[in-house]
Amino acid sequence: MTILSANKVSVRYPGQARPALAGVSLAIGPDDLTVALGPSGCGKTTLLNLFAGFVQPDSGTISFAGQPVTGPGAERAVVFQHDALLPWLNVRDNVAFGLRLQGVAKAERLARADEVLRLVDLPEAGGRYSWQLSGGQRQRVGIARALASHSQVLLMDEPFGALDAFTREQMQELLLKVWQQARRRIFLITHDIEEALFLATELVLMSPGPGRIVETLRPGFSQRYRDGESARAIKSDPAFIALREQLLTTLFDHRRQAEEIAA
Amino acid sequence: MNALENTLEQKLAAVAASKPVPDEIVPDPAVLRSGWWAQYRRGWLSLLSLITVLGGWWGLSHSGIVPPLFLPSPEAVLAKLVTVSTQGFMDATLWQHLAASLQRIVLALAAAVLLGIPLGVLMGVSPVARGLLDPLIEAYRPVPPLAYLPLIVIWFGIGELSKVLLIFLAVLAPVIIATSHGVAQVSRNRLRAAQTLGASRSQLLWFVILPEALPEILTGIRIGLGTGWSTLVAAELVAATRGLGFMVQSAAQFLVTDVVILGIVVIAVIAFALELGLRLLQRRLAPWHGQQD
Repeated sequence: MTILSANKVSVRYPGQARPALAGVSLAIGPDDLTVALGPSGCGKTTLLNLFAGFVQPDSGTISFAGQPVTGPGAERAVVFQHDALLPWLNVRDNVAFGLRLQGVAKAERLARADEVLRLVDLPEAGGRYSWQLSGGQRQRVGIARALASHSQVLLMDEPFGALDAFTREQMQELLLKVWQQARRRIFLITHDIEEALFLATELVLMSPGPGRIVETLRPGFSQRYRDGESARAIKSDPAFIALREQLLTTLFDHRRQAEEIAA
Repeated sequence: MNALENTLEQKLAAVAASKPVPDEIVPDPAVLRSGWWAQYRRGWLSLLSLITVLGGWWGLSHSGIVPPLFLPSPEAVLAKLVTVSTQGFMDATLWQHLAASLQRIVLALAAAVLLGIPLGVLMGVSPVARGLLDPLIEAYRPVPPLAYLPLIVIWFGIGELSKVLLIFLAVLAPVIIATSHGVAQVSRNRLRAAQTLGASRSQLLWFVILPEALPEILTGIRIGLGTGWSTLVAAELVAATRGLGFMVQSAAQFLVTDVVILGIVVIAVIAFALELGLRLLQRRLAPWHGQQD
């Protein structure tokens, strides 16, 4: 069953010549980790903001469980790239924040926070503050917070874009583990081709001018990771590298076309 | 350089062992270079400049170049502190003068905070409120309080109300401006994150906007208190019988220079203590302020 979908949505920001998104349709299926990949300006952030309810489409519809999305809601939690934890709360209270807003009793919500912190491999960090954590730890807290409040879909806005290469790899593996254990639909946007190929069950390739989906594929590498193969082995597999180069070529082709149209 | 290589090696080792990299806490090299001088260098320098000024004062007043009428010696002022504290000056002891001034400041501050924070929040979240209120605040804020003091006296008389009102107006503007600035600067991602966790509008205000604006609000109160103290003397020009500003003014009229200096020093010490207290409060309530996040 499709729970979150975009149906022929278009968005044009005021003062922009081209639409940020033109006639995009996408459905996030059950047990899917959908990744939207594309260069800046391809509309992937706009698509995520539409799903989250931060932006409304000019035409077309966004629906969640059959109902149109009109604004942000607790069933669609967002993990941001940075700046989204509350620095005046410690890690536990940050993770329990959504439950506090919903009026869950203190003991219950803190117990839930500890449980989710164990899931993201941060069992000891509950009493610390976001400004005492490293970038990778902060993103884990962000993921834990999104999981704690019983959201049904995780929308991830370039969650590992600001991390160094080592930490990014660790976080990708952690995300696959969390996704498997928490059984949550995930929609993630990134401009990192390797990341998209490694994580996605469904990969949506997007291109700018106007922002649109140019290709959809199911790479299947995350399944191999779940079956026990190591991340490095997968990423250095010739099949992985060939697909990476193919995607890169497709993206460059589309970019050239867009530039020719613009000129 | 060595430390940098170390952390890189640690990282590589940690990656090889596929363990999370431990948090790197790099101590400030100035703290590592321990020793009584290096550790508290700024404090020592501050002490040095204070001692220099006091020493200069003592030397000048004892040299006989400047008559005591113009510059009484530090000991004379200290002696005056004792007599004014016990016997009083102009029918009130130093503590009664101080209490009268503090009462005015505290009343004005409380009123300015109670009115200024809601108005500032309103201006920060609503462009309409900002459009309406901004010109009013910007119009009166740069005018020196002494300029509108006569008008306040015509409207509200020479009682306690006028004095408190004058200080209140001086404190109000910085509190409103800092609050609206702090509120307008709240991170969009934090607001959005709270919204996707189910926050209502009032929850956004109480759980995100106000805590995030708190350091700015406290800065506004600090600046407001500063201007409040400088307005105090002006406020106590108006038919006051008590207060530090009144004490200094009347002492000046009778050329009791040591009481003038005593009053100035007391005002400086109190204002400095309040400033330090607020800074401490700011550090306690908003330890994240100035930290990268």
